[in-house]
Amino acid sequence: MIVGLLMLSSTITSLTVVLIVFFLFKEGVAVFEKKPVEDGYTIVINKNNKVRKLTSEEIKNIYDQKTTFWSQLGAKHDSIILFRVEDIANFYTEDQIGANFENLPSCLSSIVDSIPGIIAFFPEKYLAKNFKGKQLDIDKVSLKEFFGGEEWYPTAQPSAQLGVKPLILGTLWVSFGAILLALPLGLAAAIYMSEIADERIRRIMKPLIELLAGIPSVVYGFFGLVIIVPIIQKIFNLPVGETGLAGSIVLGIMALPTIITISEDAMRNTPREMKEASLALGASKWQTIYKIVIPYSISGISAAAILGIGRAVGETMAVLMVTGNAAVIPHSILEPMRTIPATIAAELGEAPSGGLHYKALFALGCILFVITLVINLTVEFVSSRRKGGNH
Amino acid sequence: MKNTSIILAFVLCANFTYSQKLKGSDTVLPLAQKEAESYMKANKNAKINVTGGGSGVGISALVDGTTDIAMSSRKIKLTEKMKLADAGKSFKEATIAFDALAVVVNPANKVSQLTREQMEGIFTGKIKNWKEVGGEDLQIVVYSRESSSGTYDFFKEHVMNNKNYATSVLSMPATGSIIQSISQTKGAIGYVGLAYVEKEVKALNVSFDKGKKFVGPSMATAKDKSYPIIRPLFYYYLATVEKTVRPFVDYCLSVEGQKIVETIGYVPLTK
Repeated sequence: MIVGLLMLSSTITSLTVVLIVFFLFKEGVAVFEKKPVEDGYTIVINKNNKVRKLTSEEIKNIYDQKTTFWSQLGAKHDSIILFRVEDIANFYTEDQIGANFENLPSCLSSIVDSIPGIIAFFPEKYLAKNFKGKQLDIDKVSLKEFFGGEEWYPTAQPSAQLGVKPLILGTLWVSFGAILLALPLGLAAAIYMSEIADERIRRIMKPLIELLAGIPSVVYGFFGLVIIVPIIQKIFNLPVGETGLAGSIVLGIMALPTIITISEDAMRNTPREMKEASLALGASKWQTIYKIVIPYSISGISAAAILGIGRAVGETMAVLMVTGNAAVIPHSILEPMRTIPATIAAELGEAPSGGLHYKALFALGCILFVITLVINLTVEFVSSRRKGGNH
Repeated sequence: MKNTSIILAFVLCANFTYSQKLKGSDTVLPLAQKEAESYMKANKNAKINVTGGGSGVGISALVDGTTDIAMSSRKIKLTEKMKLADAGKSFKEATIAFDALAVVVNPANKVSQLTREQMEGIFTGKIKNWKEVGGEDLQIVVYSRESSSGTYDFFKEHVMNNKNYATSVLSMPATGSIIQSISQTKGAIGYVGLAYVEKEVKALNVSFDKGKKFVGPSMATAKDKSYPIIRPLFYYYLATVEKTVRPFVDYCLSVEGQKIVETIGYVPLTK
């Protein structure tokens, strides 16, 4: 009976995990079945224009007026004339369009027909049956565009830019920096507390460190923004203090209690006989720690590292406040960065459910999941090999 | 007879406790909330629910019929009008207040005025150094709101001529963090609502006529419309429910209602 209950609860837990992962990937992968142009909209050009296809980047450059001549896209030398459906007011009066937009399709059709350099963006249902222009062919979001693209403008009209490279790199830089700061510091603190500090100091320090884990992440974020950001700006003489490093430091502090408590517990589990045997053989205290305690507790230490990294990769609010969130490819840790969790948190609220932006954010979630999985597997693999070698 | 009176009482009750729902823009939210509170204080029977979510959310709720009034910090889009027309609904619009956006920099910055074209250059990333606009040799650090914010869209449409922000723009989750960051970053520039301008940041004078006349943001210049970066705040409601929502809308437009507008930090309507 009890065995059954225990089994049931573990089955439910694993099932939930599988379900969540399934849901995440189902929503995320769907991004590749969508076009970067909003559902129900179309982009048209004059029928004499030779251009047939534009990538979403080309469309964005056109609408940002960076590309201003069709000749830059391999067609005749006409300057590009932008048209959004709101611009119809410059061509026709409201009476001509009709109260319920019944004449809109024919108006649009004749505008597109009369201007050779036009590119127009409007809802597909206002495409007249005998439309005199040409609809542009737009590809679905491709894997190459998604992972190789360097611009993240999920709400850009008419064509969204979904390059996740800056976000992935930002996440990796910030988490890597965090773990680089937190792991040595955390391990040193754990060794001190489990092996060197006497009981009285330990009794004071341990609850203090555990208290760190209980502080809400917004508080860390605010602390980072007000204290750490200006310090970094001053020390490195930067134009801006909101950098990846600020994120790393805040995340490092947040990961510390996890790393310290778990690895300290593991170290304290080293059998007393082993330590005493080592000391009796003439090993110094440091040799005992290095040769006996650490190897014995390595699996606990790696678990601490995994959980610490997990916290760093997935942390949202604190990072959102201190890293500046600029979606650029970072070249050093002293630049503003945008991480995946911060992006999801900041944008999911306004993304229309089921739309392209929404699916793209889920795809980001999938990427985050894969990153954590890979880190966990690597650490697991490394630590199990180390252990095997020592015994 | 007894039954009828119970039913009658019930209907009356239901009528009196019928709660109006307002949904939409987070910019309008604090104003609508305050208006609703004092309206309910004055009319004990009235019940008004105000929720946020963004202008787009409010208007799509109006199309679905899940709200009585949609609050919006921008004019209804043509595409949204089309959706309403498709659903066979006609709507009414009421301007309830104005909101001025101030372009702010660090107080140590010597630049005190910018033209619209210069701001477009700065926010799209074409202008990268303050010396290009008459300041010292210092890199410009641009702060903006997140893309989900209505303010982000308004600034893009109104000041940046619909061009996209540069990728290097730092986006902050809230107005408070923009102020905080600008106050501690020397080369910073950003935009915030007029109500948020404090002495930690310096508001710039702006010109929308290529540098002929520069105007600084203040309640006075916003009221007489000489300050150009100003947007109306709207209520949208269906013509069919006009009778039920009109009293509240009228209250917002009344002298008393407009007084609340000013205490919240928005610009009251001028008559």
